[in-house]
Amino acid sequence: MADRAAPHLGPRAGRQALTTTVEAYLLLASARVRSDWQYRTSFAVFLFASLVINVFDFVGIAVLFTKTETLGDWSLDQVAFLYGAAGLCFGIGDLLVGSVENLSTKIKDGSFDVLLTRPVNALVNLTASEFTLRRLGKIGQAAAIFAIALAVNDIDWTPGRGVAVIVMLGAGSVIASATWVITASIAFWLINTREIGNAFTYGGGLAISYPVHVFEQWLRVLLTFIFPLVFVSYLPALYILGIDSPLALPDFLRWSSPVVAGAMVLVATRVWRRGLRRYRSTGS
Amino acid sequence: MTSSRTGDPETSIQQPGPAVIETRGLTKVFTLRTRAGALRRHRRDVEAVNDIDLVVRAGEMVGYIGPNGAGKSTTIKMLTGVLAPSNGSVRVLGLEPVRQRIALARRIGVVFGQRSQLWWDLPLADSFALLRTVYRIDAATHRRNLDAFIDRLDLGPLLDTPVRQLSLGQRMRGELAAALLHDPELVFLDEPTVGLDVVSKHEVRRFLGELNREQGTTVLLTTHDLSDIEHLCRRMVIIDNGTVAYDGPLDDFRSRYGTHRTIVVDLQEEGPPLDVAGTDVVDVVGARQWLRFDRRLTSASQVVTAIVAQRAIRDLAIEEPDIEDMVRRLYDGTAHAETGPQAP
Amino acid sequence: MAPAGPSTPTRIRVAVAPYLAVSTRAFRQFATYRGATFAGVVTNTMFGFIYAFVFRAVHDEVGMVGRFTATDTTTFVFAAQGFLLMTGAFGDRDISDRIRTGDIAADLYRPVDFQLWWLAHDHGKAAFHALARGIPPFAIGLVVLGLPFPGSPAAWLAFIPATVLGVTIAFAIRFLANLSGFWLLDVRGVVALVGIVQLLLAGHIVPLYFMPDRIQAIVRATPFAGITAHPVEILLGARWGGELLAIYAGQIAWLLILLGAGRALLGRARRNLVIQGG
Repeated sequence: MADRAAPHLGPRAGRQALTTTVEAYLLLASARVRSDWQYRTSFAVFLFASLVINVFDFVGIAVLFTKTETLGDWSLDQVAFLYGAAGLCFGIGDLLVGSVENLSTKIKDGSFDVLLTRPVNALVNLTASEFTLRRLGKIGQAAAIFAIALAVNDIDWTPGRGVAVIVMLGAGSVIASATWVITASIAFWLINTREIGNAFTYGGGLAISYPVHVFEQWLRVLLTFIFPLVFVSYLPALYILGIDSPLALPDFLRWSSPVVAGAMVLVATRVWRRGLRRYRSTGS
Repeated sequence: MTSSRTGDPETSIQQPGPAVIETRGLTKVFTLRTRAGALRRHRRDVEAVNDIDLVVRAGEMVGYIGPNGAGKSTTIKMLTGVLAPSNGSVRVLGLEPVRQRIALARRIGVVFGQRSQLWWDLPLADSFALLRTVYRIDAATHRRNLDAFIDRLDLGPLLDTPVRQLSLGQRMRGELAAALLHDPELVFLDEPTVGLDVVSKHEVRRFLGELNREQGTTVLLTTHDLSDIEHLCRRMVIIDNGTVAYDGPLDDFRSRYGTHRTIVVDLQEEGPPLDVAGTDVVDVVGARQWLRFDRRLTSASQVVTAIVAQRAIRDLAIEEPDIEDMVRRLYDGTAHAETGPQAP
Repeated sequence: MAPAGPSTPTRIRVAVAPYLAVSTRAFRQFATYRGATFAGVVTNTMFGFIYAFVFRAVHDEVGMVGRFTATDTTTFVFAAQGFLLMTGAFGDRDISDRIRTGDIAADLYRPVDFQLWWLAHDHGKAAFHALARGIPPFAIGLVVLGLPFPGSPAAWLAFIPATVLGVTIAFAIRFLANLSGFWLLDVRGVVALVGIVQLLLAGHIVPLYFMPDRIQAIVRATPFAGITAHPVEILLGARWGGELLAIYAGQIAWLLILLGAGRALLGRARRNLVIQGG
């Protein structure tokens, strides 16, 4: 067990570190799933409730389209595409790291300190130990809507567009995950005001389910520069659906989501580490 | 104040090994923000731990005690890397706990009395299996340890029970096994016997004693219970108000600060407070009276003889001073220790 | 001359005292969560803006929806956000939690009316949420979007009783849902589902007047419509005369039915408890 005392040097150690991080995540998450399986009925009910809320959510949009043909010049098919993509990305992000929200609760009841005594990366430990399959409700619904949207929209399929769909979902999930980690880290500084982050994780997810050009400028700025959520669904959609935005944006933005995702990962790691360091300096 | 005696030759490891815990000037200052009025905030710096120098060597079993709020958990948190010190240095097993938290975590075991480290809804056996992977224990070691713990802590019938259904005593035995599966060199136990019944306490103590003797595992035991210390630890570190108030063998401490004992006597009938030379009546409730005496001035037998001569008694008991009493005495009565007559 | 016993005003005061006390205590208790309240206001406001902009885009296409303008809808959205917490749309489980832990036994033996006691508690909580989570998002939305202050004095006068009725209906429904904890092992899902249904049918996901006519009629007949949608529409000045009376009548009718059902269910639960020797 030579890695005991050796600091993390070299690419070999890096790869080793990654495998064990993923291993640890899978191990702890599966233990949590098994634990939750003890409460099967409760899980089933919550899954059902999750499906219901998501159905109702989309019902809301459908209702709007009984009154109008277009929303900000976008048809129901196109909005459904946005909705499905946003829902998938945020659903996956929630599934993977959403549990990081529990940080404030865990700090308050002292169980975060217990987490820190284990030889596991703190963030992995936190997200994996509270992993829940409940979030599959959102993912299922969003996947269905997205699949239908892919079919009904008259997409001019090229290899580029095919790749773009996959990149959109991948990068979008990463951006959403990073948003979760960053907003949860607020707990390290403002333990009681942590929920402010919900405005971006849940609010943000809601916002980018719609064509953002219907929003006033300040909100668009918020969703582009504060938390770059427009890169999750809206901008890639312009390319995939082959439509133009009334906002007259440069084309390259439509393919920038991987870069944005990478930047968000850096920011999220930085913020988390900073927060953790602060927590260990000031206690709770 | 620091004694280097290692105590009873029958139960101790004679050669103290290299230092596994070394702190120098360890300090932790918290900034408390309290609200004074609607919007103003009042800031106050609290020294939870102040300038502690502590050296624990391999194979030692140290009792770490102190009243609530004395800084015990804060110290443990700094030793395990959960909290960063405000000042001073700390090295555990040669590592810096904060910077090398994960590396250190692989080599230590921690048991929290109040919080469980086990997977609450899964059978106990599952926790052991999970920990095997988390700590990367090789199959042979895992098997060996698991078998030994199941045997010594009588865990066999508990293995298939979800942890949440275990009694406190059963769970604590499971926690101990879990903390030791990976053969840690150093174990921190935070109030492990609190709330346990007598039988479980005994088993836990026996187990810890064997562990220390046979494996040479260093143990730092935080507790309120003086009898834990008596049964297990040769060395006792008392922390009060963030500083080390005493660091040495239990016996020395007893004889220096445990000067007063209390006799609780049940008289046949109620009556006025007893008047016995060398004692103070501390309390009277019905026919029961509490008399306190200084062991250096008189003895239990003298007091009892005097009481019996004065009144008919039904029953009596002798109370040992508790740790809080002694620590209090340690501080405001340091004068006693220095000016009073020497221990008998 | 023998004393005639306590006067009626005193009797009333004494009878009402415990309920007032629990109301005040609930208000105070929630007033201590300052950080969370602030965070919640920010989130509510954000949601308000998102929905407001989306619905406004619909108005941009079609002009009025029913008898409501874009300004009406925007006002509706922010008012509805304000109603969220005070109508317990996120599913409060206080009663069912106490059933789970068994503390409910102590509550049932208290010499106060169980349902009224919890109603008083709910009203205290709602009062705080109305002030702290209701007004701020509403005010911020109106100010930022430059909207006129809604409602005439008459509309406000009609709005307030409708709101109180609405909050109470929401309580009555939640009360029933929580009581299912006496029979169901895990009531969390039930309470969550009720909250979710409330979100849709009370107009939080989309204002009811956007819905197609026939569906709208059905939704408005449910008790949920009277929780948020109807009071806010009154505030917008859209419901007068016969319609206003119909709304009040509907609210009162549902209130009596639901509170009555609650008391009946409670009686059942009490009897079961006694049989089980609890």
